[in-house]
Amino acid sequence: MSTLLAIRDLDLTLGSKPPVRLLRRVSLQVEPGQIVGLVGESGAGKTMVSRVVLGIAPANARVTHGSVAFAARDITHLSEAQRRPLLGREIAFIPQNPMTALNPVERIGPQITDVLRMHLDLGRTDAQDRALALLREVHLREPQRILRQHPHELSGGMRQRVLIAIAFACKPKLVIADEPTTALDVTVQKQILQLIRELQRNSGTAILFITHDLGVVAKLCDHVVVMHGGRVLESAAAARLFENPTHAYTRALFAATPRFDRPADELKPIPAALTQQLNEEARVLDARDA
Amino acid sequence: MSANYILRRLFWAIPTLIGVAILVFVLVRVVPGDPIAMMLPPGATAEDVGRLRALYGLDAPIPKQFVAWMGDVLRGNFGTSISLREGVVRLVMSRLPATLELVIVAVAVACAFAALAAVGAVYFRGRWPELVVDGLSGLVLAIPDFLWGLLFVLVLGVLLPVLPISGRIDPTLDFNPATGFYLAEALLRLRWDAFADLMKHILLPALALALPLAAALTRVLKGSLIDAMNQDYVTLVRVKGYSRARILWRVALRNALIPTVTLTGVQFSFLIGGTVLIEYIFSYPGIGNLAIAAVNQRDLPLIQGLVLTFAVLFILTNLLVDMAYSILNPRVRQS
Ligand SMILES: Nc1ncnc2c1ncn2[C@@H]1O[C@H](COP(=O)(O)OP(=O)(O)OP(=O)(O)O)[C@@H](O)[C@H]1O
Ligand SMILES: [Mg+2]
Repeated sequence: MSTLLAIRDLDLTLGSKPPVRLLRRVSLQVEPGQIVGLVGESGAGKTMVSRVVLGIAPANARVTHGSVAFAARDITHLSEAQRRPLLGREIAFIPQNPMTALNPVERIGPQITDVLRMHLDLGRTDAQDRALALLREVHLREPQRILRQHPHELSGGMRQRVLIAIAFACKPKLVIADEPTTALDVTVQKQILQLIRELQRNSGTAILFITHDLGVVAKLCDHVVVMHGGRVLESAAAARLFENPTHAYTRALFAATPRFDRPADELKPIPAALTQQLNEEARVLDARDA
Repeated sequence: MSANYILRRLFWAIPTLIGVAILVFVLVRVVPGDPIAMMLPPGATAEDVGRLRALYGLDAPIPKQFVAWMGDVLRGNFGTSISLREGVVRLVMSRLPATLELVIVAVAVACAFAALAAVGAVYFRGRWPELVVDGLSGLVLAIPDFLWGLLFVLVLGVLLPVLPISGRIDPTLDFNPATGFYLAEALLRLRWDAFADLMKHILLPALALALPLAAALTRVLKGSLIDAMNQDYVTLVRVKGYSRARILWRVALRNALIPTVTLTGVQFSFLIGGTVLIEYIFSYPGIGNLAIAAVNQRDLPLIQGLVLTFAVLFILTNLLVDMAYSILNPRVRQS
């Protein structure tokens, strides 16, 4: 099977005078059915990568180099109208904050059935039945009732389950999850991760999983991409990466991550010298590519 | 919003109305101008004036007059108009439907204008339609309703007479409504000829009232729409594959209406106040026009009855605005 998502040498530039480079020759691939973890500190550009794929990059940002291909089709410069049939249908999205991602004035029901009716051409009752089944698949009790409720009547965990149901509704080929658990309680985080894993196994959907949390990556992902300062520093199979990280930054990231087998006081912050060196490298790259 | 809440609101309107009643009662008696003097032909004797004063109970001290009037009012008797010699309640009730129809048409026009303009401006954000909407709403906002009225009368009535500029209906038309709600009746009885004529008459006064409200609504709604477009729930529907138009009409607009109603609620009350001058300018037979006549004639019972009617309209408008808010906002609705 061919690669599902292939990002090649992607540059994203903000404004023009002076231009700010948000992504620097980013390349990454997601194979069908694979879970790829995208990790890095805050500001690394993880969200920007996903926004380019989804066609929702900031209005003044432009792709100035490279390409994004989905299912062997170049989608880098699709117009809004051309991209729309893919969104919610082939590529779906699980947002970071379930508290703000649902339309507060609309009941849950229509927020699930809309994609089914739009993309799968289901009738009202078919869509309704499918929505009920989806709510059961994400293990929400009393799905009938939830369909009639408004978002504010559900807890954060329940809302994230609804959002996951929406993402998986049309059996997409790729789901992009941008830190889907950071806004949730620790106990709920585990359940949500389990749920994503379960749905992924059942559907064979590929997932691009964006996170800070290397522990989650270790448990969930087949492949890991490490980003810093808008560029990819290391990309490797998860097992290989955890056994033998090659990039100094990856090792520093590991050392900065709490683990159950290591007391918290052994945590080392990422060395300032390393960050400085990476920033210096980025400047050199920018000079080369300008 | 519960029935209980509405009843409570209506109950608390009573002290407000009593306050308004006292205020207007005292004011119309303190300001210069004598209703009796206006009624009598020149050369009437002081004796005649005194007899009439006693007849209308105007010779007693003000507190005593007030108690007598209030007692009558509580029994539903608002007295008799001095100048028109007809019951105040009957007079007001015969004119009120015309004003209500005018207000409803004006509000509907304003809301429709504002929704189209604001959604259009946000849809074409940063391009010329947005500039047109911003410019026009600023201009319209700077001109008050009565000036629009005078302008319409001048331009459309005198220079370019395509629409009637006075009255409510063509008196030669064979239309005999059973109620005062002519427009509603014409619509229900499918009398399209009467409906068209009524619409022609109501259009200019309604437009004059609607324009400033429409401009204010457009401004606030546009800002709220822009806010809504930056929310996470809009990002989500974007990646669900919604078109821009669908996002604006189906998602952003419903959310933007909530702050818009909060911020513009008071403007709807202003519109009620605006009817007085607009009805006068267009000789439209509503309670606003009646109020001007009543003031001209120092018709104390009628003024009092009309001011109370306006106060009730203000209170009901505020209640309706609050109800609209709670219907739009599911969080409030359920608590
Ligand atoms: N709307 C925007 N307009 C311009 N620049 C932005 C915008 N959003 C983010 N940026 C910048 O782009 C860079 C990458 O941000 P991005 O959100 O992709 O980081 P991230 O890796 O997702 O971080 P986090 O873990 O905090 O979510 C940052 O330097 C940020 O300041
Ligand atoms: Mg992010």
